[in-house]
Amino acid sequence: MNIIVCLKQTFDTEEKIVIENGAISEDGVEFIINPYDEYAVEEAIKLRDEVGGEVTLVTVGPDRAETALRTALAMGADRAVIVNDEELFGDQFTTAKVLATVLKDREYDLIIAGNMAVDNGSGQIGPRLAEELNIPQVTTITKIDVDGNKVTCERDVEGDLEIIETTLPVLVTAQQGLNEPRYPSLPGIMKAKKKPMERLDASDLNLDPAAVQSPTVVEEIYLPAKKDAGKILSGDLADQVKELVQLLHNEAKVV
Amino acid sequence: MMNFELPKDIQDLKLGVRDFIDNEVDPRSMEIEETDQIPQEIIEQSKEMGLFALSIPEEYGGLGIGMIGKVAVSEELGRTHNGYTTVIGGHVGIGSVGIVELGNEEQKRKYLPDMATGERIGAFALTEPSAGSHAYNLKTTAVKKGDKYILNGSKHYITNALIADVFTVMAVTDPSKGPKGITSFIVDKNTPGFVLGKKEKKMGLHGSHSAEIFFEDCEVPAENLLGAEGQGYTNALKILANGRAGMAARNLGSCDKLLEMSLDFAHMRIQFGKPIFEQQIIQHYLAEMAMETEALRSMTYRVAWMVDQKMNVIKEAAMVKLLGSETYNRVADKAVQIHGGIGYISEYPIERFYRDARITRIYEGTSEIQKNIIAAQLHKKYA
Ligand SMILES: Cc1cc2nc3c(=O)[nH]c(=O)nc-3n(C[C@H](O)[C@H](O)[C@H](O)COP(=O)(O)OP(=O)(O)OC[C@H]3O[C@@H](n4cnc5c(N)ncnc54)[C@H](O)[C@@H]3O)c2cc1C
Repeated sequence: MNIIVCLKQTFDTEEKIVIENGAISEDGVEFIINPYDEYAVEEAIKLRDEVGGEVTLVTVGPDRAETALRTALAMGADRAVIVNDEELFGDQFTTAKVLATVLKDREYDLIIAGNMAVDNGSGQIGPRLAEELNIPQVTTITKIDVDGNKVTCERDVEGDLEIIETTLPVLVTAQQGLNEPRYPSLPGIMKAKKKPMERLDASDLNLDPAAVQSPTVVEEIYLPAKKDAGKILSGDLADQVKELVQLLHNEAKVV
Repeated sequence: MMNFELPKDIQDLKLGVRDFIDNEVDPRSMEIEETDQIPQEIIEQSKEMGLFALSIPEEYGGLGIGMIGKVAVSEELGRTHNGYTTVIGGHVGIGSVGIVELGNEEQKRKYLPDMATGERIGAFALTEPSAGSHAYNLKTTAVKKGDKYILNGSKHYITNALIADVFTVMAVTDPSKGPKGITSFIVDKNTPGFVLGKKEKKMGLHGSHSAEIFFEDCEVPAENLLGAEGQGYTNALKILANGRAGMAARNLGSCDKLLEMSLDFAHMRIQFGKPIFEQQIIQHYLAEMAMETEALRSMTYRVAWMVDQKMNVIKEAAMVKLLGSETYNRVADKAVQIHGGIGYISEYPIERFYRDARITRIYEGTSEIQKNIIAAQLHKKYA
């Protein structure tokens, strides 16, 4: 079985966001594999070990994203593809189109993406890519079984469980709970550097950047307004209630 | 051109190990300390990651990362609970190096693949009640009988004895020859006449256990002889020398962690209306800790490099073991001082490092013995 994993390198979830000259600064920031994509990698490796085949990682992103690919290769994926052409970077529309172009001439049975990336949090790449490739999709899965051509997924629907049967080829997106990603083993890390890493740009893909240009325009990036420290009332209970009502009326203007 | 940078793949190994240590081991260090046990899941995960394979060449299922690689990983292991660090350090250091360096092809094929996966744990048994620093004053005897050696005697303070499967044991085959009458053997724990003694209670290194062992007409097959008869003491010295860079690296990791924690604490702790970091004496403590840690780092990696170049490192290995343990103790002492009361309270990790640091000046050759070795090397051309 040929399994494709769509993977994005994101900010470490513990990083503080700093905005500089209207853009998010990457200075001194640590990057990780998007946590949902880590579930995707783990599931792909497990399925590959069960039924055989290959796991190919695909990312659209800058050179630094190779580190995330190497980590996933160290976990056990077989090969990686990176589209590191700035002209092909854009919004989810662009990325899905680029990914579809990468995949259209490759063999794939199962595509696993993260449910969403923790940076932009749009959750659109998986569904858009499935549409581009015209294959079925099951999002936010917490379990997957592949039996020959038959695929059975469990998905989390706001607390309820939905069981969906479909057939290959299919695209699924990984939700928390799907598995517990492994740590790359030391031999895995040593082997990762010898695994194939394909680097592609627009001309390799025969893709006109203008045709996939992002329709989204970013007007401004800003941090949420800082919350002022809360106000603690004190004194006699009856006075406190009076003061609170007054504040809700006159200051917070919520009643 | 001189290059002080680690190879890229070794940097990746370090990062991988740090990620695992920070997320899986360190959060459980209080539990390890209190229960005096390393949780089995952590041991299993560590085996799966390949941490038990650090010393073993690739052709026997190991990593083949040389001493530089081993030292780099050991540094990361030193950043967490030293009991955990010692369980692995004892196995990948003195516990397996004997077979790697001195074993014949058959012995290597028989033992190393399982030792690389951690399925079999290795231990090193030299010390006896009569033979501590005076390491060749052994009373354990090995008498050849047909195709077997019959061992009688006892050992104590043997790290990992309770969980080990394979022991590198030094015993006297010819009492008339002193150090040249000692021979080393590979002893399986299942050998008849091999008896484990009791676990020794100790100041620190909780979760890592040392114990006595007894040989009661213990029959070791002659094919388990390690190296040649009469070479046992030289073998022991070689094994210990090889372990020294690894121990220095573990101490380096602990120093680095203590420096990090102390620096954070000094910026956070407010007294007299400002962080204690603003007191010059605290800055100077931290400056000294940082400088000593950096000096240790330089020497540790240089000795590791010398080992990989197959250079003679008797003197340098003794130096780095001495520097590593003495530095660790000084750094731990300053860390306690900077932390004040909290540095003495068991709910915080500082006092644990302080206690765990203490043994490093004693085992694998005391600080005094390291100085003797260095001086003997310095004296050589005058002798
Ligand atoms: C927790 C722990 C784990 C250990 N693990 C192992 C293990 O796995 N395998 C193993 O074989 N051993 C192990 N040991 C033993 C350890 O290596 C010895 O304890 C150490 O070598 C010191 O020997 P000793 O305890 O007999 O002290 P002694 O040799 O009695 O030393 C007492 C003091 O006298 C000093 N001294 C002795 N001779 C001289 C001299 N010639 N010049 C100057 N000073 C001298 C020493 O430096 C020390 O300060 C372990 C010990 C401990 C405590």
